Amino acid sequence: MATKKFMYLNRKASYGTAYAIESLEVVLIAAAFEQDVSLAFIDDGVYQIIEGQNTDGIGMKNFSKTFHALGDYDINKLYVSAESLEERGLTADDLMPLVYEDEDDDWAEKTSVKIVSNAELSKIMSDQDVCLSF
Amino acid sequence: MKFSIQINEGPYQHQASDSAYQFAKAAIAAGHEIFRVFFYHDGVNNASRFTMPPQDDRNVVNQWAELGIKNADGEPELVVCIAAALRRGMLDESEAKKNGIEGNNIHPAFRISGLGQLIEAGIQSDRLVVFGD
Repeated sequence: MATKKFMYLNRKASYGTAYAIESLEVVLIAAAFEQDVSLAFIDDGVYQIIEGQNTDGIGMKNFSKTFHALGDYDINKLYVSAESLEERGLTADDLMPLVYEDEDDDWAEKTSVKIVSNAELSKIMSDQDVCLSF
Repeated sequence: MKFSIQINEGPYQHQASDSAYQFAKAAIAAGHEIFRVFFYHDGVNNASRFTMPPQDDRNVVNQWAELGIKNADGEPELVVCIAAALRRGMLDESEAKKNGIEGNNIHPAFRISGLGQLIEAGIQSDRLVVFGD
């Protein structure tokens, strides 16, 4: 099967709607298809990878830990909109330390998260074959 | 061109399914192929055969059914995500039986399948067009 560049655009917060968790379900299934996968977090989507999420008070499953598994599925290109972070008073330090092991570099642990401007993100998006928006 | 469509919203509350339908109809009329329509999130509700709008309104479910999007084997290519469907009370005959539930509500022009079908549609099609919020 052909390899294409798939990008998943995450635009909604983790809870409040089902978009975030159902996007992550697609990403995990897609991992089995050995495509070139990247994720983008824009608008309220940046809240999906905030460190220290706690759902005890709302009776929902805390799925944020699943993002730590992405590195094991060779999904290690997570782009975060710098403008979306700034608009919400957030910085890189507020995000989960999501990493992967680089097999081409003696399995060194590297960060999967890259903060980019919307202009850069727009270029990355135009380079994709398929953009799925959630 | 070979198109696939993803629909993320339910009928009537949101225009996504109507817009996607208009798009699909126009694409077919222009000689393009619709490889697959994939219903995800609340979009799975577009497949309920119990949908009964007032007489003076469009029937979103039947509109899709009448487009008759099928593959070479004659199977419907209106595909409903199984995980999203089951958690929203959308069952076909086989899933109803498997879960010991009487009755089923998936329209026969649609079929239930996994998320892999969405990824496959992205790989096989020239364009995957997403309709939703």
